[in-house]
Amino acid sequence: MSHASTTAESEDSSTIDTALSTESRDDRSSRPDETVIRSSGLDVYYGEDQALDGIDMEIPARKVTALIGPSGCGKSTFLRSINRMNDLIDVARVDGDLYFRRKNVYDADVDPVALRRKIGMVFQKPNPFPKSIRDNVAYGLRVQGKTDDVDGRIEEALRGAALWDEVEDRLGESGLELSGGQQQRLCIARAIATDPEVILMDEPASALDPVATAKIEDLIEDLAREYTVVIVTHNMQQAARISDKTAVFLTGGNLVEFGDTNEVFSNPENDRVEDYITGKFG
Amino acid sequence: MSTDTDSDTAITAGVARADRVRDRRVRRTLFGCAAITVVTTLAIFAVLVDNGFSYFYGVKLHEAVLGATLDQQVSLTEFVTGTRWAPDHARPSHGILPIVYGTLAITVGSAFVSIPIGTATAIYLSEYASPGVRSKLKPTLEVLAGIPTIVYGFFAISFVTPFFISPAGDLLGYNAGRYNLLAGCIVVGVMTIPMVSSLSEDAMSAVPDDLRNAAYGLGATKFDVSLRVVLPASISGVFASYILAVSRAIGETMAVTLAAGQQAQITGNPFNEIMTMTAYMVSMARGESAVGTVEYQSLFAVGMVLFVMTLTMNLINDWIKRRYREVYQ
Repeated sequence: MSHASTTAESEDSSTIDTALSTESRDDRSSRPDETVIRSSGLDVYYGEDQALDGIDMEIPARKVTALIGPSGCGKSTFLRSINRMNDLIDVARVDGDLYFRRKNVYDADVDPVALRRKIGMVFQKPNPFPKSIRDNVAYGLRVQGKTDDVDGRIEEALRGAALWDEVEDRLGESGLELSGGQQQRLCIARAIATDPEVILMDEPASALDPVATAKIEDLIEDLAREYTVVIVTHNMQQAARISDKTAVFLTGGNLVEFGDTNEVFSNPENDRVEDYITGKFG
Repeated sequence: MSTDTDSDTAITAGVARADRVRDRRVRRTLFGCAAITVVTTLAIFAVLVDNGFSYFYGVKLHEAVLGATLDQQVSLTEFVTGTRWAPDHARPSHGILPIVYGTLAITVGSAFVSIPIGTATAIYLSEYASPGVRSKLKPTLEVLAGIPTIVYGFFAISFVTPFFISPAGDLLGYNAGRYNLLAGCIVVGVMTIPMVSSLSEDAMSAVPDDLRNAAYGLGATKFDVSLRVVLPASISGVFASYILAVSRAIGETMAVTLAAGQQAQITGNPFNEIMTMTAYMVSMARGESAVGTVEYQSLFAVGMVLFVMTLTMNLINDWIKRRYREVYQ
């Protein structure tokens, strides 16, 4: 992993697109532990308030990395700084480096729109567009100009999101007609339809009932075979169940522990993390 | 709400009763105020129908109901199909089509100005403008909406027509009149931009950020988000603003009277003078025709047609609101 990060620093002049075009999917699958996202000394401020304080993290390819911690600890802020969604907040300011493969996404020549086409996102509250199921999945394809074989891509995405069997004969109905869990899977289908490399999930199951949550969790484990998944969750059991790596943030925007999920949960190095993990579920 | 009336005297005291009485009075007063608008509308409608009837049949509707004999003065067929409007002429003629055409031409022409510019302004304000720009632009638009319409009319004859329309007419080989249809369309269009932009922006701002985030997260540009997410999601409010602007253009009076003139004719040439229904009503109401004459009573018939047109727009507005109601989460 340290090798990957050296590479990232040495070639940071390439753009997001050229950095990616040098590798096909086959190349990626040959190096499953490669670091896809690496942050180094990342600070985020909202006006005067510091939300993240010097975050260093390396997120491996095609694994599930969970970000956990109490409310207001900065885990969602970190997630949103990966695809520069924080740009949409007027008062947000970012210092430090965040590399997507070999490219610092905060370099001046990076187009956040192009970046977000490589890094999909699923939000806390299911947010399908008030359009048909088909148009919801096709939206990303349309804005990204991927207009060949749209129907095929829609079916593939809906199958990938384990929703196809439930909606295949009513693709014309509004996405808002679906149940909450189905809506969230529709949002996942929408995110994977454009074939991103990374999928960011911001507490994707927190608004869902236990049955729908279980389906989403199964789905996340499946998605990690093909995509790099970064998921924010309040639910530590969920993090323990589905993630390969766990990052624990504590108040003040500090990353206090990062490592293999088994290690973090069974043998945390930091006492505060142990208190946090055992205090809630011990 | 009645208070409990069981054994505990503390909660059935006279104070509560006094409050209840006052509450009832307040409710009646408020209802009275609300009722004024309904009564006024009904009264206007009644007067229009009553007097409009006498334009055609010589006697008012209530007189006819009471047994007065009808004396046909204007045939309904001529009114709706005739193409010459001159009720006060020595050789009178009662075809309303030229002034209906004038009104519709102004309405459609001004919509070509107000709808594109107003919608673009709304999208800019809602999606693109920084808070600083928005805080200056919005009050400016509201000032535009507050300018008296007669000022727009004056603006048309003293500025728009001589400096823009006349030169343009010369260039194209037309002789633009001092009053012309094009000037009317432009000033009424500009006048109604704030209605479109302000109401559309309200509708767009009401679209939840969840939807914007979803689109941005998929790599959408601001333009994609504006046109493919925000505009479709707010379409009912946006259409409502169009209808309101169009209704306003139909009823607009002083600006069009000054800008577009008072010559009733059906013409495809935008440099020609026309007359709208409202402009006719202005000239007739301040003219010399005696109250009760056919030409004077034509006011009510024209008013009736105008009333029906704006009512139709309101009904369309209601239908659109129901048909394209915003459905968010």
